[in-house]
Amino acid sequence: MYIIVAGGGKVGFYLARELIAQGHEVLLIEKSSARCEMIAAELGNVVQRGNADEATVLADAGTNRADCVVAVTGDDEDNLVICQVAKRRFSVPRVIARITNPKNEAIFRLLGIDATVSSTDLILSVIEQEIPEQALVPLLRLRHADVEVLDITLPKDSTLDGVDLRTLRLPPDSLIAFVIRGGESLFPSGATILRGGDEILALTRPIHEDELRRIFFSRADKPSRSR
Amino acid sequence: MYVIIMGCGRVGARLANLLVGAGHEVLVMDVSPSAFERLGRDFPGSTMVGNGIDSDDLEKAGIARADAFAAVTQGDNRNIMAAQLAKHVFKVSRVVTRIYDPIRQDTFKALGLDAISPTVIGAEVFFGMLTGERGRENS
Repeated sequence: MYIIVAGGGKVGFYLARELIAQGHEVLLIEKSSARCEMIAAELGNVVQRGNADEATVLADAGTNRADCVVAVTGDDEDNLVICQVAKRRFSVPRVIARITNPKNEAIFRLLGIDATVSSTDLILSVIEQEIPEQALVPLLRLRHADVEVLDITLPKDSTLDGVDLRTLRLPPDSLIAFVIRGGESLFPSGATILRGGDEILALTRPIHEDELRRIFFSRADKPSRSR
Repeated sequence: MYVIIMGCGRVGARLANLLVGAGHEVLVMDVSPSAFERLGRDFPGSTMVGNGIDSDDLEKAGIARADAFAAVTQGDNRNIMAAQLAKHVFKVSRVVTRIYDPIRQDTFKALGLDAISPTVIGAEVFFGMLTGERGRENS
């Protein structure tokens, strides 16, 4: 693929280096001549000096034959305009923007950007994944049906270990569809007994997600609901 | 009408005073609080420290009820992004922005927005005064 990387900061430099190593044709556009010289010394003749948001610069870069333009400067507004010019003027099939403000993800999509990458969001998601109690991941949301599929992983020391499914009082319109235990999958019945470490696929309404979280991850009290 | 001005430089401050003088409600935003000194002591409109490319800040400025929005910061791309937020996200009916770079102005027009380039206008005025003819780009 022919990939144009706009912005020769640290992200742009390492991105270009990895893409070249993967065998792609890469052109990096950077406005600072000092930075261009440094990059050219390391990566060779793959750098063009200029402002990537200017149509003439993108024309010189052969943007009309680019498969992808990735804008990774440090400023969201520059990345937006670079991607918009690439898409509107040069019909680049895929434009990707780096963003710092996570709120810009939805805004950029509305303004025609195919994909955004937010380091802020990525770090947030890693922090969330580090907390074992939060092992409830919405896999799929069917908006038109108001249903979501949740992947729930019980902690090893779950208070639900040894509890059978029929004693769990699930919220309305909720179903445990599937249990994966030690690599084996089982279609549960009311008599199925839960074990710590079980991975559960559940169907529910999005409004009941928090209640399911409480049922599967309550730490303190034993499930008082068992009759 | 209620007008939000993003950028309190010389143009932003002067525009704000013209608008309040004509009886409009005006809010001026700038990332730097000291910029508001340009408005003068008796400026009757509102000011807000904030960034016009941050949708939260625009909401705080009351963009939902704004009738018009002007983006007049020093950064062309900042103006382009803020104007698109105002027009396409918050559906403000009148959005005008300043773009220094004529090349960017073309891009901006292609995106369906109203842009003023002081570079183009200034050059045309100089051309007219120097030669006695009208500027060619003045169509």
